[in-house]
Amino acid sequence: MTFWILAPIMVAAALGILFVRKAVHAAMLLAIVMLSLAVLYAVLDAPFLFAVQIIVYTGAILMLFLFVLMLVGVDASDSVVETIKGQRALATILGLALGAVLVTALSQVTLGTAVGLDEANAGGNIEQLANILFSRYVFAFEATSALLITAAIGAMVLAHRERLTPKETQASLAAQRMRDYAETGKHPGPLPAPGVYARHNAVDTPALLPDGSAAESSVSRVLVARGVIRSGPAMADDIDEVRRQLGQDPSEMPETSGKSGAPASTEEDVK
Amino acid sequence: MTEYIVLSAILFTIGCVGVLTRRNAIVVFMCIELMLNACNLALVTFAKQHGNLDGQIAAFFVMVVAAAEVVIGLAIIMTIFRTRRSASVDDASLLKY
Repeated sequence: MTFWILAPIMVAAALGILFVRKAVHAAMLLAIVMLSLAVLYAVLDAPFLFAVQIIVYTGAILMLFLFVLMLVGVDASDSVVETIKGQRALATILGLALGAVLVTALSQVTLGTAVGLDEANAGGNIEQLANILFSRYVFAFEATSALLITAAIGAMVLAHRERLTPKETQASLAAQRMRDYAETGKHPGPLPAPGVYARHNAVDTPALLPDGSAAESSVSRVLVARGVIRSGPAMADDIDEVRRQLGQDPSEMPETSGKSGAPASTEEDVK
Repeated sequence: MTEYIVLSAILFTIGCVGVLTRRNAIVVFMCIELMLNACNLALVTFAKQHGNLDGQIAAFFVMVVAAAEVVIGLAIIMTIFRTRRSASVDDASLLKY
């Protein structure tokens, strides 16, 4: 029963990996497949592998994938350009052929009644696995330790980068800032803080300068790139709206700074 | 038990097609993981079919090797990405010329 519920989900998720554009979505679909597999392991009398599948595969390996995706950039989506002509179609045809051959061959086979693991699991699955692992497979197990330490060292070597330039110290950074100020007039101090308003005090709202314009350097460049910034003039309109709700006439009030029509940015780009 | 083996074959095929068609090295890697998982399912199924635990031990070793392989593979992908700003398998083609 569990199988017939999980199998369609797994096949659908696996097919999804072939078609989704973003690598993160592929990772999520793979997580679905792996977790369903873990449940199938439990159904197949393998409680140890059920735990290992969740802890090692879904927990460690998939997280590693997500970490690398984070470093590489989540928007690194697939290119649709074919380097080898017709490769995609050929691969699909060959894949379908392989699948057809495998499924047909398997449907010819009768496996007979399953022996079941009740006898082999007597005294506990983990105990029995340990019995076999530390007797018949002990050399393979020891070789595994060599493999793991090689992998760890290999990853360290691959991730290591030689420092080619001397490390920047605080003193040298300060000297560089003052040099920049002397040469180009770049502001040496910290950037202005965002969102200093009565109603909104948020990082996505630029601060207003005394002349009423929005200080673009006060909001994070990441937020600007995503396009989720509330503009200064829009904020000023909000303030007028509140005054109207309070029963005051905005035209009689002193001009709200940063009203629409005010220059969006007069400030030079500080860093 | 045949249905488990058929599911394993289908997952393996999907993984195969994924490796052949996808261009992003990380997704290609995920498809390899899918194929390894499909093999594990077959191993565990056969362990139950034959009533001994050797299949589960083999699946356990596959998982260990997969973990080591993923660590090294992703480190290589990171190194390539650092030097070429691309995670596409088609861009690493210097040996061709």
